[in-house]
Amino acid sequence: MAVNIRNLPDQELFYGHKACPGCGGAIVARLALKVLGERTCVVLPASCISSVTTIYPQMSFFVNSLTSSFPASAAVLSGMAAACKAQGLEDVTVMGLAGDGGTIDIGLQALSGAVERGDNFLYICYDNEAYMNTGIQRSGLTPYGAWTTTTPTNNNAVGETKFKKNLFEIMMAHRIPYCATASVAYPNDLLNKIAKAKEIKGPKVLHVQAPCPTGWGHGSEKTVEIGKLAVQTGLWYLAEYENGKVTLNYKPKEFKPVKEYFTKQRRFCHLTEEDFRVIEEHRDNEWKILENFLRKDE
Amino acid sequence: MTVNKARLIQGNQACAEGAIAAGVTFFAGYPITPSTEIAEIMSEELPKIGGKFIQMEDEIGSMACILGASLTGKKVLTASSGPGISLKQEAIGYASMAEIPCVIVNVQRLGPSTGGPTSTAQGDIMQARWGTHGDHPIIALCPATVKECFDLTVKAVNFAEKFRTPVYVLLDEIIGHMREKVILPNKEDIEIVDRKRPSTKPGDYKPYRTDESLIPEMADYGTGYKWHVTGLHHDETGFPTTKPALVEKLMNRLMSKLDKYKEEILLWQEESTDDAEVLIVAYGSTARSALDAVEKLREAGIKVGLFRPITIWPFPEEALARLAANVKGVIVPEMNYGQLYLEVERICKDKCKTSGLFKANSEPITPDEIIAKVREVL
Repeated sequence: MAVNIRNLPDQELFYGHKACPGCGGAIVARLALKVLGERTCVVLPASCISSVTTIYPQMSFFVNSLTSSFPASAAVLSGMAAACKAQGLEDVTVMGLAGDGGTIDIGLQALSGAVERGDNFLYICYDNEAYMNTGIQRSGLTPYGAWTTTTPTNNNAVGETKFKKNLFEIMMAHRIPYCATASVAYPNDLLNKIAKAKEIKGPKVLHVQAPCPTGWGHGSEKTVEIGKLAVQTGLWYLAEYENGKVTLNYKPKEFKPVKEYFTKQRRFCHLTEEDFRVIEEHRDNEWKILENFLRKDE
Repeated sequence: MTVNKARLIQGNQACAEGAIAAGVTFFAGYPITPSTEIAEIMSEELPKIGGKFIQMEDEIGSMACILGASLTGKKVLTASSGPGISLKQEAIGYASMAEIPCVIVNVQRLGPSTGGPTSTAQGDIMQARWGTHGDHPIIALCPATVKECFDLTVKAVNFAEKFRTPVYVLLDEIIGHMREKVILPNKEDIEIVDRKRPSTKPGDYKPYRTDESLIPEMADYGTGYKWHVTGLHHDETGFPTTKPALVEKLMNRLMSKLDKYKEEILLWQEESTDDAEVLIVAYGSTARSALDAVEKLREAGIKVGLFRPITIWPFPEEALARLAANVKGVIVPEMNYGQLYLEVERICKDKCKTSGLFKANSEPITPDEIIAKVREVL
């Protein structure tokens, strides 16, 4: 059955956290547990989400939770999933919830291994596009042009000079049963992807864009607006990969100018028209690659 | 000559500036509290002088990256803390074995494991000595002031270059994040040491051939000298060997090369030790509390002195033994459960009683706690 906001349970399994107002990561945690329910074990690496949810006695996860070492989340998930299987615990969802650095940088080796083994877990990367917990340092998912404390913008520097790694394609290359991209600004899409992932056996990976008012430099009431703009400008897409097929879940009729997205965030305030051109070119190329995947599946 | 202005800066910043003053032009690192400021400063400052800052994908990568850069002739630095230093251990051993100059700043936080990222500690003393597997040479320097963070980082870079060894600068979180007034030296007053480059032509170069200096000449990768670097035991050609005699020759040289230079490497401070009846052995931020305790006890007429090892590894054993022979007791306050205490106790055991004052709960050891301990021992 399709999930929507109306038929979600009232039960809250994630509340009372100390995240910044408007935190995209906290939205991901709350919505995921709405769908997954009480029989869930959560593994978190060092991250914002573990720091703001595990302050005794205000524990925000009302399910079992574990803060692992930074590189190890997916390896811990593997052990839990294999042990659950060995004990016949079939109704338990083993879920990882990790930030972008904990997933795409230091956590990538463990994630690749866990996915390759085919262990039965759901891994959600909430992507706020930098190491926010240690005070805004760039990660492999920081977008081109973003200011962070390790990609300074003094002397006309552009900030981050690399484009985001594509976790979706990295996971597709593992021929994983299910992986998808999503955004906190599109909760119905996100909820349905989590619900679908819950029913599939084997490794599932969701890459969810999660705006961060503190690190991105926008008002805490703008999280959804910024998240929507990322999708409407084509800088982020909502897609899924299942049974070897790629599906696009939302296609903007035409892209909004990227400038609309960038000028609303302090981390991009130094960017020039030339930078916008470079970014649009990269965006168009990414869409070409995506459309190739879509065509192959027709 | 220009006189530099007094500035109010953090220990971490002094470390970064010391590294640059010593000629470091390459930094690879990864964000981790409480050392992140060093990476942040390097990301801003190194490009200005044509240097290179790389934020790596993890701690293992950061350590391995600076080894690659060092082999091309760069002076290199990384900085980390707690779990990050644990992850770096294999590559630190590699640097010891392959004799690759590099400096690792460890801003110690409370462990074990994730422990307390923003809490101070001195729990990595034994890790600095024995963190990587196998017998290996290592140098560790331990500043107690912001100015010393600058000076000892310069020294660490020089030691790494001269002795071809990894060198730790062991801060604790208090020293790393504390701000103090400092007047940093002028560039021309800073001694800079470069690694010994080959005196032979490329064809005659044997990368691990040594004379009585015990330190082999090091050719930069990419300059026509072709040589192989390995973490395996190797002979003077650099290629692996399993012959016991050659393995032993290598290990004996590695384990004795720092001994030969200990007069230069061993640094310590003595305060009011001449007539002391009780000796406090303290380092890092704890030495500041100890110094305060010494002053207060002296005012009260109690004869107490401070021995502060600045070089923690190798440990200034003879200097301590000399002082221990003339006191009733030695007290070792440290923010761990007694790591350097073991070393001090070993050195002093035939001379006087050694007592520990240990605290590892994220709070610093106070002068009053040290004073109470001294009164207890007397």
